[in-house]
Amino acid sequence: MTSRDLILARIRAAVGDAPDVEIPRGYRGPGAESDGLIEHFAERVRDYRAVVHVVDAAEVAAAIGDALARREAGRVVVPAGFPAEWLAESVIEDLTTVDAVVTTCAVAIAETGTIVLDAGDGMGRRALTLVPDYHLCVVRADQVVPGVPDALTRLDPVRPLTWISGPSATSDIELNRVEGVHGPRTLEVIISI
Amino acid sequence: MSQTFVGMPSFPKNAAIAVQDSQLRFNLRKATRTIRGKRASVVEELPDWAELRQAGKAIKDHTLRNLERYLVQMEAAVSAAGGTVHWAKDAEEANRIVAGLVKATGETEVVKVKSMATQEIGLNEALAVEGVTAYETDLAELIVQLGDDWPSHILVPAIHRNRAEIREIFLAKMADVPADLTDEPKALADAARLHLRERFLRAKVAISGANFMIAETGTLVVLESEGNGRMCLTLPETLISVVGIEKLLPAWRDLEVFLQLLPRSSTGERMNPYTSMWTGAVEGQDFHLVLLDNGRTDVLADEVGRQALRCIRCSACLNVCPVYERAGGHAYGSVYPGPIGAILTPQLRGMDTALDRSLPFASSLCGACYDVCPVAIDIPSVLVDLRAKARHPRTERIGMAAAGWVFNRSVRLARAQRFGGRMRKLIPKRLPGPMSGWTDTRDLPDIPQESFRAWWDRTEGGAR
Amino acid sequence: MRVALFITCVNDTLFPDTGRAVVTLLRRLGVDVEFPQAQTCCGQMHVNTGYPAEGVRLARHFTEVFAEYDAVVTPSGSCTAMIREQYPKLAATARVPAKQTAGLGTAVEEIVPKVYDLSEFLLDVLGVTDVGAYFPHRVTYHPTCHSLRGLHLGDRPTRLLSAVRGLELVALPGAEECCGFGGTFAVKNRDISAAMCADKVGNIMTTGAEVLCAADNSCLMHIGGTLSRQKSGVRVMHLAEILAATEGGAR
Repeated sequence: MTSRDLILARIRAAVGDAPDVEIPRGYRGPGAESDGLIEHFAERVRDYRAVVHVVDAAEVAAAIGDALARREAGRVVVPAGFPAEWLAESVIEDLTTVDAVVTTCAVAIAETGTIVLDAGDGMGRRALTLVPDYHLCVVRADQVVPGVPDALTRLDPVRPLTWISGPSATSDIELNRVEGVHGPRTLEVIISI
Repeated sequence: MSQTFVGMPSFPKNAAIAVQDSQLRFNLRKATRTIRGKRASVVEELPDWAELRQAGKAIKDHTLRNLERYLVQMEAAVSAAGGTVHWAKDAEEANRIVAGLVKATGETEVVKVKSMATQEIGLNEALAVEGVTAYETDLAELIVQLGDDWPSHILVPAIHRNRAEIREIFLAKMADVPADLTDEPKALADAARLHLRERFLRAKVAISGANFMIAETGTLVVLESEGNGRMCLTLPETLISVVGIEKLLPAWRDLEVFLQLLPRSSTGERMNPYTSMWTGAVEGQDFHLVLLDNGRTDVLADEVGRQALRCIRCSACLNVCPVYERAGGHAYGSVYPGPIGAILTPQLRGMDTALDRSLPFASSLCGACYDVCPVAIDIPSVLVDLRAKARHPRTERIGMAAAGWVFNRSVRLARAQRFGGRMRKLIPKRLPGPMSGWTDTRDLPDIPQESFRAWWDRTEGGAR
Repeated sequence: MRVALFITCVNDTLFPDTGRAVVTLLRRLGVDVEFPQAQTCCGQMHVNTGYPAEGVRLARHFTEVFAEYDAVVTPSGSCTAMIREQYPKLAATARVPAKQTAGLGTAVEEIVPKVYDLSEFLLDVLGVTDVGAYFPHRVTYHPTCHSLRGLHLGDRPTRLLSAVRGLELVALPGAEECCGFGGTFAVKNRDISAAMCADKVGNIMTTGAEVLCAADNSCLMHIGGTLSRQKSGVRVMHLAEILAATEGGAR
């Protein structure tokens, strides 16, 4: 008997005659009411000690330029598919020499201050937003959803997904949160309205 | 489970030493109180916490009831997405599978994302025997590994260490440590970043666990904070994930419940900094999933105890537990300490040792763990049920039988009370034997001359 | 309405004053309480120490003794929680042969809705908050675990205390944390139990209270025994004894 068959047989013996369970879903699902979504999202991202700017769509390119200038970022990686009107793509082979990465996102969650990347256009493979020490992410207003349930309906699980809530952090020392460990130590978010 | 703790004395003996360790007591008091407050505030902020908790409980129960179907579905989905699925009935088989996969790559080093399952099976030790060195990358795991220490908490294995102690461990054991390292948490985190950076970039093989697996899509989900998880899951060419069979969720949609329950319960955050989700082999990686039983199907067979398999390893029960706060995690002699460990360890390992038999008694049954559990595991009830399964000391059995005999008839109780009333002046201030456990720190109440029932009898309930 | 007093074995044997206080209090409120002499123990100690067979016998005995009453009042949050929360589980336990629990489930279902902790009975059944007590002392209240998390008594006991004339109620820091009694836990895990009580006592001392009040004499026996050993000068009293106190009769 293979271990697979053995484990499955044990499961059958253990719960084969147990009654099934109905799942009550009385919690707030997708499509809940949401006023001041952008404000809410911005405030929640700031709570993680990330830098947040809310700018007009026409001002995004300038805001990106300003942010990178403030950062004095020389080598910037910009993934394929990033909107050309915001910033030109730049392909860099060795990520360890990069100062900054600029990306779009797939969806953003107001209640938890989360941005989700799905490796699509303007986001690139997962390592791009991991190795550089500075991550600048542009979020379009129509990408912001109220809560976690809304976000899941917009995401495709077949794609590799990275949910980002603030800069990398740890609570491993006396259970107090400290920002900046292995991932980018600085997260900056530009919300385009 | 891991052999690390073999031969440890029973919980009360371990705890007796721990309660006198003022440094440990201080560290745990500070850390658990910090996290309790944070958890409470982010839980309170959700108007539908109770509904999420009920859904979380039901989803897990439904999954366990249909585990066979969902495991087969998971296997098919992962395989279809280019991953390879392995089944391990116990620790030994899981270790053999993982060691074989690592050796097939020709590598002798692996990086690891913090994983309870691999700790449970003693994977690092098993790999070492095969000539493979496993490097823990989670900060707390790193502190434990460098300090040649044992984990004492599910989420923060080095919770028993404070910043000054961590600095000393780093200075002593970290080859590339800055000489001027301070005990500022920021500086300690920076030192860990520097120490692991090269290793991440060099690593060819990574080993992880998973917080959730989605049967419907074959997706694995890992929640973390530091980015060490992303490093391990993303950069190496080969990824091996060892996951307990109970980590399954039926559908993609079910994450909407658990991604709200887990971060708020564990680190007390609205969301943890990083969550990675992947389905099969992505971005050119070679992906292996090892599905681990190792006693879980035995737990599943117990009608009361099986609810322990709902556990999502958040640690809220540890953080709120007054016993854990004072005994520390090591006293439990298991990678699963605290209230959840007290019900999980004796079920996974059995109750053949003095330590494992003592674990279900390591609780005052105060119920704080049940209140905070995001999947409503009724830990006190499982503890009580396990106590009934445990073998009891002879003197206790005799005492309990005698008490049972007395309580079976009210006339016997009345007679015992009259006898006690007559002996009241003869009872010493310090009792011998097991009852010294009471009088060592507490005075005995005065035994009344007359019991309540005797008073009622004599006065007709005070009417006379 | 026929009301029975379930005194509990601990109160019966060690704390008869609490029982007398309940009788005094209920009579003052016009309730003619009866005391079925056949009662003994709810079985909590046996069940929680791992002796369910004895627990089943005692649970059955309890259901038989109190079956004929309309309400059962108990001056113990812990024993009330045992009956309400644990009897149904005990009736379904697989740890004793099924023939020993036969019929127990039905008997438990019938008795459970009629069993009240004292403060529930006063507030929810009698609808009384001011019981006419007088107790001119500084008091702090410890909500015992089983009354807090088992019965969800909430603010019932403190509402009753707040209505007592002359009584100054002070909040207890860390009130919701267990005192470390836990039945046989206090002996089996003596060191942890003592460590928990040390913190409870520390919190009590910061209140400057003269009296520590609770709805369970078992927890009070543990905390009170520690307070006494430490010569703290703080005494413990069951809620019923404070509520029964009147001018001239107060201690």
